[in-house]
Amino acid sequence: MSDHHEHHAPTGLKRWLFSTNHKDIGSLYLWFSFIMFLVGGLMALVIRTELLYPGMQVVDPDFFNQMTTVHGLVMVFGAVMPAFVGLANWMIPLMIGAPDMALPRMNNWSFWILPAAFALLLSSVVLSIFADGNPPAPNFGWTFYAPLSSTYGPASTDFFILSVHMMGISSIMGAINVIVTVMNMRAPGMTMMKLPLFVWTWLITAFLLIVVMPVLAGAVTMVLTDRHFGTSFFDAAGGGDPVLFQHIFWFFGHPEVYIMILPAFGVVSAIIPTFARKPLFGYASMVYATGSIALLSFLVWAHHMFAVGMPLAGMLFFMYMTMLISVPTGVKVFNWVATMWRGSLTFEVPMKWAISFVVLFTIGGLSGLMLAFTPADIQYHDSYFVVAHFHYVLVPGAIFSMFAAVYYWLPKWTGVMYDRFWGEMHFWNSLLSVNLLFFPMHFVGLAGMPRRYADYALQFADYNFWISIGAFWFGISQLFLLWVLIKACFLKKGEKATMEVWDNPEGLEWTVPSPAPHHTFDTPPIIK
Amino acid sequence: MSEQELEPQHRNIVRKLVFAVVGMFGFAFAMVPLYEVLCEVTGLNGKTNSRAITQVPEGMVADEERSVLVQFVTRNDPNMPWAFEPMEHSVRVHPGEIKAVNFRVRNDTDQDMVSQAIPSLVPGQAASHFKKTQCFCFDQQPLAANSEQIMPMIFYLDPALPKHLTTITLSYTLFDITDRVNGRAGEVAAR
Repeated sequence: MSDHHEHHAPTGLKRWLFSTNHKDIGSLYLWFSFIMFLVGGLMALVIRTELLYPGMQVVDPDFFNQMTTVHGLVMVFGAVMPAFVGLANWMIPLMIGAPDMALPRMNNWSFWILPAAFALLLSSVVLSIFADGNPPAPNFGWTFYAPLSSTYGPASTDFFILSVHMMGISSIMGAINVIVTVMNMRAPGMTMMKLPLFVWTWLITAFLLIVVMPVLAGAVTMVLTDRHFGTSFFDAAGGGDPVLFQHIFWFFGHPEVYIMILPAFGVVSAIIPTFARKPLFGYASMVYATGSIALLSFLVWAHHMFAVGMPLAGMLFFMYMTMLISVPTGVKVFNWVATMWRGSLTFEVPMKWAISFVVLFTIGGLSGLMLAFTPADIQYHDSYFVVAHFHYVLVPGAIFSMFAAVYYWLPKWTGVMYDRFWGEMHFWNSLLSVNLLFFPMHFVGLAGMPRRYADYALQFADYNFWISIGAFWFGISQLFLLWVLIKACFLKKGEKATMEVWDNPEGLEWTVPSPAPHHTFDTPPIIK
Repeated sequence: MSEQELEPQHRNIVRKLVFAVVGMFGFAFAMVPLYEVLCEVTGLNGKTNSRAITQVPEGMVADEERSVLVQFVTRNDPNMPWAFEPMEHSVRVHPGEIKAVNFRVRNDTDQDMVSQAIPSLVPGQAASHFKKTQCFCFDQQPLAANSEQIMPMIFYLDPALPKHLTTITLSYTLFDITDRVNGRAGEVAAR
């Protein structure tokens, strides 16, 4: 905590380029993910502008496909995942009383790969715009099903493949770092069952990353060799099978959705007890529920493929396994509600985000349960109902939890309170617009509107108009967050934050000054 | 607690994790043969035997009690210009009875070409009971420019075929593999 370290640190660009400090790298990750969130959001607005009215308006269908594809990739790999890695970098050492992450140099590398990866991916979009859509950017959906990406993939598919390789390497290095840090760097007395739940959920997420990111790397490698090196993993003419692609992809893809939501569970489990002024209800059951969700995530991948066709026994197995996941998830939701039960609740901005997370994530979970049911899924498959489902778990789920985390820990990061007025504005506008944006998608989906088309039948026109209005409203609301962040991070304007910030919060991060000094816990704290 | 002291401890975990990462990367590729075997054993995806059955079970008798309608469907990959059709669109067979059917291909182009037919069978439950003793789909089929050929397929239905299956549809998709064969002879796995 001593200040004499500070003047050795390089300044300006070099500080950020060569930094091995977990707080600097955490900030880099968080800003990078916020920029990607805005970029991916702009692509979503192109999609919603096209869908504002029936008929073709602003973009041609091929560009529409490029937008849906790159929007998905940017949001999953550029916004949500790096945001949680940034949060892990900032908070895990502070929460376990460690001076830094275990492997600081690798930490630097795992961040700086990301801008390169996304420059490569986004360059294909820029190229497509300037070359009038020929060659197009990746246009086969973020799931890059073969043969759309292999036989029929545009030239830019190779940009995409290489960038996914780099994102995978970055995620794997980040995960290794988290595991080693949590295993080896805990302060004396910080036993595993004393770890804050955010650390637990991240530890389990890191293991998921270690297991499935290499499988994704394998899948893109197979697409690459199918495209250029004469193999036929997914090409029936050479003895391959395109359905195999879907099995490999979803073996990665389903654990991936838990990679994006488990850290969110951890965030909410940190925030709700603070503002309910009660310890978290059922800590141990939360840990075991997280572990069960992670294990079950490997046994449900084919529920993405019911419409592809599989034997009855397979359908039943994947249906029951998927439904089983609602049990540990239900335990979590119950525990959050039980934590609030008879608590002395106050509704500061982070708590508002956390409560809306619990409610809206549960709505997304329930539509997931509907989709788990095989015969229903065959009806709902590839409709806007599916779009509504995964956006409910990802936007008011994962992303709202990120917002909650930002408002909760921002005073600790910057030393000043966030601007309450704009924080409230951000919350209320996002809450109302996100529901206007995604809730009607359930209705149009059940009424039969298919995904992934640049146009729709006339009867869906009114709903789609309001969905698009919700999208623009939600997009503009995020600029309020940008202002809150600029004010706190750069202008340093706002009420000075105390060390504890909140009313008697739990956790080691509240025992260091606000803003957290560059070096913390040089001597480890003793946990009794 | 300096970084130096911690290093070996870190290295131990890092080594295990890197090992896991490499293992999982390998596992992605191991899924390819695993999937092949699983599909062939269970008939998932309507996969039928890819090598000729040479040994017909001894004493197999036709089950005159029931007959199954076997339908044949042919289609071409969009890049395949040949004409391809079954000479009989369906046959009725008793389980245990050995049956031969013929398919006709015609290459109307001015080039010598090579084709590969890929079978798929529905319902998948019947796939492991559909036994081919000879099939054009086991090999690559070359055909000279402007010529025609009759391709035979001989099969029987395993008498253990579940009783409720009364109609089986076998579909063949024909692919043009001329470029592959010319480029890298013998590299393409035959069925």
